[in-house]
Amino acid sequence: MRPNVVAYLAVMSAVTLGTRILPLTLIRKPIENRFLRSFLYYVPYVTLAVMTFPAILQATDTPVAGAAALVVGVAAAWLGASLPQVAAGCCVVTFVLELLV
Amino acid sequence: MATAELGMGERLPQARVACTASRGGLLARHGVALKEGVRDGVPIAIGYLVVSFSLGIAAHKAGLNAVEGFFASLLNNASAGEFAGFSVIGAGGSLVEMAAVMLVANARYLLMSCSMAQRFEPGTPLVHRVLVGYDLTDELFGIAIARPGYADPYYSYGAMAVALPGWAVGGALGVVAGDVLPQIVVSALSVALYGMFLAIIIPPARQNRVVAALVLASFAARWSFTLLPLVSALSDGTRTIILTVALSALAAALFPVDERDGVQEPAGEKDEGASPAAGSRAQGTPADCGVSLDAA
Repeated sequence: MRPNVVAYLAVMSAVTLGTRILPLTLIRKPIENRFLRSFLYYVPYVTLAVMTFPAILQATDTPVAGAAALVVGVAAAWLGASLPQVAAGCCVVTFVLELLV
Repeated sequence: MATAELGMGERLPQARVACTASRGGLLARHGVALKEGVRDGVPIAIGYLVVSFSLGIAAHKAGLNAVEGFFASLLNNASAGEFAGFSVIGAGGSLVEMAAVMLVANARYLLMSCSMAQRFEPGTPLVHRVLVGYDLTDELFGIAIARPGYADPYYSYGAMAVALPGWAVGGALGVVAGDVLPQIVVSALSVALYGMFLAIIIPPARQNRVVAALVLASFAARWSFTLLPLVSALSDGTRTIILTVALSALAAALFPVDERDGVQEPAGEKDEGASPAAGSRAQGTPADCGVSLDAA
């Protein structure tokens, strides 16, 4: 492994493990603050949303395919498709469109 | 049934003494939990293999090799976190940025970890807390917290024993696949992770108008950040941090979440005197966080 990658992975893993282990070992008490609880409740939705769009448009070789994957993914998830189904649907749409374009 | 009895038994101090008596005693006491953990961990491991494979594709894009992908997977077991981390590596970000991005992407684990802490028998040795915390993913947290009584760390160890290799191997395979598969297949596979993210955020958005508005606002804000002067000069990771903190704080201030199921109340509707009591009641139950929503 290259030294700069080792440094990245070390920081990455240390923070991940810290968020999981430190409260379990040190805090041992519930988070009382209502604002903080609400904040932590909303964080995953915002993080995943901002990481998904518009990045999905640049993830594929042609942006149109990414846009189609976004539409299909949102529609499938909205209609109750399971996580693997949504992911597979996005992949198939991208593959077919890029085959045609 | 045996599990429930085990959970009850652990409340007694003499049972705890017996627990440390011998290796044979340990297995006799925790063998069932261990086996059940393995059983419940198998479907999770299969799912992890797929999720981690998609993350491996992202790791390959960021320039990591299979060994690096393997260790990143083994040490993180976090889809949003790993993805955010790979983005920082790909962009050549600083280590400080990496730490901040990871903290934001993994913030929900703070809640889960606090919640799990209340399920351990008081006096549980530090080593169990560290080991269970090590792989406290959304799914493993979910199955551990669903069991009655005190959490048996050996149940978690059983589930980890199959889930962890699934995740680590999937990550390495994804990187290799990025190398050997034709570009059109890699391009198609690279949207799998976004599909998973959508599968996580869209169903709650359908149920909850605040989450729906928040998701739309996040999309719009992130889009505007690529166009506006000043902020468009910021790195990808920094934009993720700023938007996550700002939008989540705004939502928390305007629509505080009261109970575990994430029901919002309009701000200020509840009088201040009642809030702390309601809060502590909600926190009395361990599974109160409503956070098991991500694919790890």
